[in-house]
Amino acid sequence: MPLKIGRGDIRNIEEHAREAYPEECAGVLVGMNAGETKIVVDVWRAENTHEGERERRFLIEPLKIREFEERAEEREMEVLGFYHTHPDHPAEPSEYDREHAWPGWSYVIASVGADGIKDIRSWVLKADRSGYDEETLVE
Amino acid sequence: MPKVKIPTPLRQYAGGNAEVTITGKTAGEALGKLAEEYPELRQHLYTGDGKLRSFVNVYKGDEDIRYLDGPETAVSDDDELSIIPSIAGGCRGETR
Repeated sequence: MPLKIGRGDIRNIEEHAREAYPEECAGVLVGMNAGETKIVVDVWRAENTHEGERERRFLIEPLKIREFEERAEEREMEVLGFYHTHPDHPAEPSEYDREHAWPGWSYVIASVGADGIKDIRSWVLKADRSGYDEETLVE
Repeated sequence: MPKVKIPTPLRQYAGGNAEVTITGKTAGEALGKLAEEYPELRQHLYTGDGKLRSFVNVYKGDEDIRYLDGPETAVSDDDELSIIPSIAGGCRGETR
């Protein structure tokens, strides 16, 4: 399923990625699931609360997730997925990502280096957790 | 019977339900019953060796059962359990 995301939202993710570098950052994708396409309406920053090693790990706490879901529902939207960065690593899910992923949600990964954004790709966990399907990003 | 709130990504494996009423005297028992009733949920809730996955958080009301009695946390008919995701990841698989 393609993920429709506007240039402004991509720019916000890129800006967050550059600000957080060399640490990882993360945030929420909210919008509408139109059946054949997911439409991102907004991206919200989340705090990376992983204790230490934030250049290679991120964590968004459960109560924060619940808060984001409620905030999205109030605006008649839903949480479509999350973005996070891979500083100096490819925009591909790691084994650690796979172990922690939830089915159905989109995982946008931005590869970021000292000189800026290298790549942005989106992934969805396969139902049997064996790997990912890549989602096409459309504007 | 206690209710269990199912997070959005898992509803597709729980008959599309946002909330399921289940039997069980403890949180662990209720979750076990939930996975029995909806077998497709199991792999997303538990690891291969039957432990609850680390990013699967179970709350009784507003309290994480990890800070109560864990899976042994008593639940009564009026209690509501919520499965709440935490989101984690990172760029390398190995741990230091």
